[in-house]
Amino acid sequence: MKIIIKGGHVLDPANDIDGIFDILIEDGLISRIDSSIDESDAEIIQACDMLVIPGLVDIHTHMRDPGQEYKEDLISGTRAAVAGGVTSLACMPNTSPVNDNQAVTRFIIEKAKSQGVANVFPVGAISHGMDGEILSEMGDLKSAGCVAFSDDGKPVKSSELMRRALEYADTFDMPIISHAEDLSLVGEGCMNDGVVATELGLKGIPWVAEDAATAREIMLAEFTGARLHIAHVSTRGSVELVRQAKARGARVTCEVSPHHFTLSEEAVRGYNTNAKMNPPLRTQEDIEAIKEGLKDGTIDAIATDHAPHHIDEKNVEFPIALNGMIGLETLLPLTLQLVRDKDISLKQAVAMMTCQPAAIIGIDRGTLGIGRPADITIVDPERDWTVFAEDLFSKSKNTPFIGCRLKGVAARTLVAGKTVFERK
Amino acid sequence: MTFNPKHILGIKNLSAEELTFILDTAASFKEINSRDIKKVPILRGKTIINLFFEASTRTRTSFEIAGKRLSADTINITASASSVVKGETLEDTARNIEAMHPDIIVMRHSASGACEYLAQRLKCSIVNAGDGAHEHPSQALLDAFTIREHKGRIEGLTVTIAGDVTHSRVVRSNIYCLTKLGAKVRLVGPKTMMPPGIERLGCEVYTDLEKAISGVDCVMMLRIQRERQGKTLLPSLREYARFYGLNDRNIQLTKDDAIILHPGPMNRGVEISSVVADGKRSVILDQVENGVAVRMALLYLVAGGEKLKDS
Repeated sequence: MKIIIKGGHVLDPANDIDGIFDILIEDGLISRIDSSIDESDAEIIQACDMLVIPGLVDIHTHMRDPGQEYKEDLISGTRAAVAGGVTSLACMPNTSPVNDNQAVTRFIIEKAKSQGVANVFPVGAISHGMDGEILSEMGDLKSAGCVAFSDDGKPVKSSELMRRALEYADTFDMPIISHAEDLSLVGEGCMNDGVVATELGLKGIPWVAEDAATAREIMLAEFTGARLHIAHVSTRGSVELVRQAKARGARVTCEVSPHHFTLSEEAVRGYNTNAKMNPPLRTQEDIEAIKEGLKDGTIDAIATDHAPHHIDEKNVEFPIALNGMIGLETLLPLTLQLVRDKDISLKQAVAMMTCQPAAIIGIDRGTLGIGRPADITIVDPERDWTVFAEDLFSKSKNTPFIGCRLKGVAARTLVAGKTVFERK
Repeated sequence: MTFNPKHILGIKNLSAEELTFILDTAASFKEINSRDIKKVPILRGKTIINLFFEASTRTRTSFEIAGKRLSADTINITASASSVVKGETLEDTARNIEAMHPDIIVMRHSASGACEYLAQRLKCSIVNAGDGAHEHPSQALLDAFTIREHKGRIEGLTVTIAGDVTHSRVVRSNIYCLTKLGAKVRLVGPKTMMPPGIERLGCEVYTDLEKAISGVDCVMMLRIQRERQGKTLLPSLREYARFYGLNDRNIQLTKDDAIILHPGPMNRGVEISSVVADGKRSVILDQVENGVAVRMALLYLVAGGEKLKDS
C-alpha cells in the first residue's frame, strides 16, 4: 500500500526539512521524502498550496473517559483531535476513576486503539486519587503506557510530596507535569484578579497564585535535579521564572494554551462562562510576555488544555460554572495567527506543536523521520472559516471562539498512513 | 425626555440624563407615601415577583411596598422557600416563574451577573435588587436621591465611601451614579478590602479614614460583614472600629453640614457609633424612606412609564 503526498510545502522542524517535496508512505510508514516521487501503484494525495507537517502533538487534553462520557469520550475526543490536525495527544488523569493505576491506563489505551482515531498517551496521576497524599505506583503506570505524571487541576499542595514525586518519577525517567497554582491564593477566585474582576464584582485569581507555585516547582526541580514540565503558563511572571530557570540549566520545560496568547480577561465581560478557565485569561501585558517567551524559546510547546464541559455546566451563573474550554479544533488557526502577526516563525510554530511537545513526554512522534509512522497533517493555511458549534467534533461546545472567523485549518489528517480525517 | 428601559440591571450603562430622570420621577412619587390613602392605580393589573436568593429585609420590603402603592400585585419568593434547595437551576426556576406571566421580576442573587443572565433568557423585565459584588442600582439611586434632597445638588460634592469595598455592590453602583452626576468619590478602607483597579472606575482611594473624610460633603459608611472578622481580611471588629469607625470625634473633620449615610443594616459601635447614627447629620432613615419612592419610579418606568397612562 503506497501513498504519495505530492507538491506540498513540507515542513518538519525535527529533520530540518522546509520546501516543496513529495512524501512517499509505504505500509503506514514514511519511506521517502524527495523533490519528485513517482510510483505507478501509489495513491496520490495532491497537496499543492498546502502545508504538509508532522501530525500535531497535543500534550494537554482531557478526554473525560472513563467516567464523564457525557462531556467527551475517546471516540469523540480523538475525532476532534484529528479534525484539528492533532494525531497524538496526552490525556490528563482526572477521569472517574482517576488514572492512578494501570487498569485505568490500560483501559484508556485499549479503547483509544480499538475505537479512537488518534494516538493516545495517558498521563498518570502523581498521587492516589489526585488527593496529594500518597504517591501513585509510577513504575507500574509507566509500564502500562503512561508518559508523564500530573495531578492536573488539583495542584500538589505539599512541597514534600512534590519533592518526592519529582525524585520518584525521575527514577523511571519520567517527567512531572505541574499545574502550578497556590490554591490558598486562588481562594474562591473565578477570573483574573484585576480591573475587570473589580468591575464585574467577581472574585479574582491573582497572578501571584501562579507565579509563587511556579517558583516552588522550579526550586524543587533544581533541588532534585528531576525533570519538570509546567503546564499552561499564563502570567508574565511564570514565563520569566522559566526563562531564568532554563538559563541556570534546570531541567524545566513549559507549555502555553492558545487561549492564553489570544484572549485577555476582557473576554469575560458579559459574564461569558465560556471564557472561564483555570488558569484564567489574563491581561494584555501577560499576552505580550507569553509571545516573547514563544519567540525566544522559553516556551517549548503549545498545548490546548482541551477541557470539554456539558452546556448545563456552563449555562449557569458565572461563579458556579466549571472551568475550561475545548481547544483541539482551534489549536492550528490560533497558532498560525501568531505566524501571520510575525510573533514567531512558521518553523517555530510547527516545532511547538510537533517535535518539541513530543520530546517533553518522550514519544517518538511529531516528526517526518524516515521509517516513522506516517502521522501527517495537511494544512490549508489560507482557508477562512467560522467556528460553528454544530461543526465541531467534540461532544462539548464550550469555546469562546464560537462565531469567530479563523484562518487556517487541517484539510486532511493521516495517522500511520491512514486518512482519518478529510475536510469537505 | 422619556425613559422606559426594559430592565434595570445596573447604573453603569445609564446616562446622567437618565439617572436624573429617574430621580425626578421618584420625587414626583414621594408625596404619595405620606398620604392618608397611600395607593395610586398606575400599575393595577401588573404582577411583580420579588425573587430573592439572598436574605434581605429592607430591600425586599421596600420593593414590595413600592409595588403595592402603585397597585401592582407583588409576590415574594425567597431562596429557602424556593426550588433552589432541590437543585433546580436558576434558569429553570426563573422560567417556571415566567410561565406564570409576571411583568417584572425583581431579583437579588449572590452571583455577580445573575440579573444579566436572566435578562438574556427571559422575556419579562428584570430589576436588579443586588447581584453579588456587582451592582445594586436602586440603592445607589436612593442614596443619590437623599443626597440631592439634602444638598440641593450632587454636582460638585465630595462623597466618601468607607468600608469593605471589595465585597460591596453598593460601592460600585454608587461610584457610577455619583460620578456621572458630577460628584467626586473617595473610597477608604484597609488594603485587604480594596479591590485592584477600583480607582479606574473614577474615584480616589485612601487608607486613612481621617484624611478621606476631611472636608467632604457626605460620608457613606458600609456595613462590615461580621463573618469577615478573624479571617484573613480583618483581625477583629474592635480594630476595625478603631481605625475605620465613624464617631463623634472624627466626624468633626467633615464639612459642618456634611450628611452621613449608611445602606444598612448598621453594626452600631463597629463602622458607625450610635452617637453618629442617631445624630442630627444622619440621613439614614431618610434613605429608607426615599428607597420606596425610588423603587416606585423604577417599577413605573420599567412597566412603561408615560405609556401606562394611554392604555
